[in-house]
Amino acid sequence: MAKKVLMCGNEVLAEAAIMAGCRFYAGYPITPQNELPAYMSRRMPEVGGVFIQSESEISAINMVFGASLRGTRAMTSSSSPGISLKQEGISYLAGCELPGVIVNVMRGGPGLGNIAPSQSDYFQATKGGGHGDYHQIVLAPASLQEIVELTMLSFDLADKYRTPVMILGDGILGQMMEPVELEDSVERTADSEKKSWILDGCKGREPRKIRSLLLEDGSLETFNRKLQKKYTEIKDKEVRCEILYGDDSDIMVVAYGTTSRISRNAVEKLRSKGKKIGLVRPISLWPFPEKELRRIAEKVKSFLVVEMSCGQMIEDVRLSIDCKKPVHFYGRSGGGVPTEDEIIKEVEKIV
Amino acid sequence: MSKILSKPKSMKDSSTHYCAGCGHGIVHRLICEIIDELGIREETIGIAPVGCAVIAYDYWNFDVTEAAHGRVPAVATGIKRVAPENIVFGYQGDGDLAAIGTAEIVHAANRGENITIIFVNNAVYGMTGGQMAPTTMLKQKTATTPLGRDQKTHGFPLKVCELLSVLPGVSYAERVSIHSPQNIIKAKKAIKRAFQNQIDGVGFSIVEVLSQCPTYIGLSPEDSVKWVAETMIKEYPLGVFR
Ligand SMILES: Cc1ncc(C[n+]2csc(CCOP(=O)(O)OP(=O)(O)O)c2C)c(N)n1
Repeated sequence: MAKKVLMCGNEVLAEAAIMAGCRFYAGYPITPQNELPAYMSRRMPEVGGVFIQSESEISAINMVFGASLRGTRAMTSSSSPGISLKQEGISYLAGCELPGVIVNVMRGGPGLGNIAPSQSDYFQATKGGGHGDYHQIVLAPASLQEIVELTMLSFDLADKYRTPVMILGDGILGQMMEPVELEDSVERTADSEKKSWILDGCKGREPRKIRSLLLEDGSLETFNRKLQKKYTEIKDKEVRCEILYGDDSDIMVVAYGTTSRISRNAVEKLRSKGKKIGLVRPISLWPFPEKELRRIAEKVKSFLVVEMSCGQMIEDVRLSIDCKKPVHFYGRSGGGVPTEDEIIKEVEKIV
Repeated sequence: MSKILSKPKSMKDSSTHYCAGCGHGIVHRLICEIIDELGIREETIGIAPVGCAVIAYDYWNFDVTEAAHGRVPAVATGIKRVAPENIVFGYQGDGDLAAIGTAEIVHAANRGENITIIFVNNAVYGMTGGQMAPTTMLKQKTATTPLGRDQKTHGFPLKVCELLSVLPGVSYAERVSIHSPQNIIKAKKAIKRAFQNQIDGVGFSIVEVLSQCPTYIGLSPEDSVKWVAETMIKEYPLGVFR
């Protein structure tokens, strides 16, 4: 049975995590994601889970590391400055092949920036963020219903590939309210018995170790090649993207998350005026929908990338299509949000 | 003839990489003997620090994880909270615990996490080449205090047990030393109590072990032990702080 609820994005995400079997949450307050830990502090005890308000974001990600290596589905959330602090921990998750879900409700930067919505952590999220040869899966929901879907998926992917997964949202998605359908029967729980690698005491088996330190000659290179194999598999299987009017458009707008919602409205308006405009909405930002864009590049005349940043995802769009078609950009930064009219004007400029 | 001494089951059959005279090996062995004696090897999850003891998992014969530099208490918190049935202990050096990880240790202690921390204070950063630690003695020469530690620029030796002793979340904090057989016996008692406390659900326990690093104290193994006995203990008095 599904129930319809009205909650803000941050709360929806928290509830979806619990539905996905998340039983450990640690986080440190930061706007605009504060509803998420507040919700967890109430809900986790109800489902027999653990909520900790940690002393820092660094501590929170390392608590997630601990809970995860014991076999529990674990999550932390923060916003941009706090996510910067978590990067070492995320790198350790990747290096130790531990699952973990990290939520970034992006705000304006650099520095303390502001608390307005932003998409300027795209580079950090998709290009490593922390040190070393690793990737994390990055999923970018565009609606509250999709937050439910992608949050649940995040935990499954994190476990399946034993990798950190980031849910990349922004202040608008976190704060807005929309009716959402929640299935109240699913309540999955992490099945730690299925995880053959966890540390739970060596009863009846050889002791296990979890570590990313590989000192022996060549051992780290061998391990990193193994990681790359995993990333290749993820790239093959886990690309997610929505395409609107992919077959008969001259210009394709490319946008994710909040800006994709605004772009969609702009595209529909232009369509109603007979303009041949479409939309590509990457849902997985890493892996990036390279093939999809390459295929579309054969048909369209140009692209318009719209972001709440000074231009970050645009680099992946250009790389994907090998710069074969012009790629235009419209971005607002530091808390600026592109409007429908601004996007329409940009498109008309290109036409 | 009967065998009166053998390797604890909790210790792997391997030789360690530690320098001659280093205290880490002694502390490792004490922990392993205690885990055997308490019969908790199969429930134990150890956490190795970043520092000379980083590959303790190659010496300990039970489940062990690494933790990022200084984050042992946070990792321990994550494990213990989701699995109170496991015995979770962290092993940390003075750089790990008292410099980069100061926030984590204070807050794990203050929350009264039911975990055990073994803190090896050797007054120096061993792994990175003998730099000043927060616990380095005044006037002590290190790679980054070539003229000796001067409080005007480097501050004072940090006293972890004293600092933690004011926190109501701490159930047990004791400082011991391993510079003589008698002291090793006392150290073992203290470490055992710190594990027993966790079994009994008493709460946060920490044992600070004064230990010698001959390589970076710049003394022979024998003299470095004397240095701990005569110099370090003056700055870091032994005893129960909470
Ligand atoms: C974030 C980070 N900073 C610095 C280091 C380098 N580092 C490795 S061990 C260490 C100090 C270890 O000293 P201590 O904790 O006293 O342990 P010991 O080696 O003396 O046993 C440092 C600074 C690191 N690995 N990670």
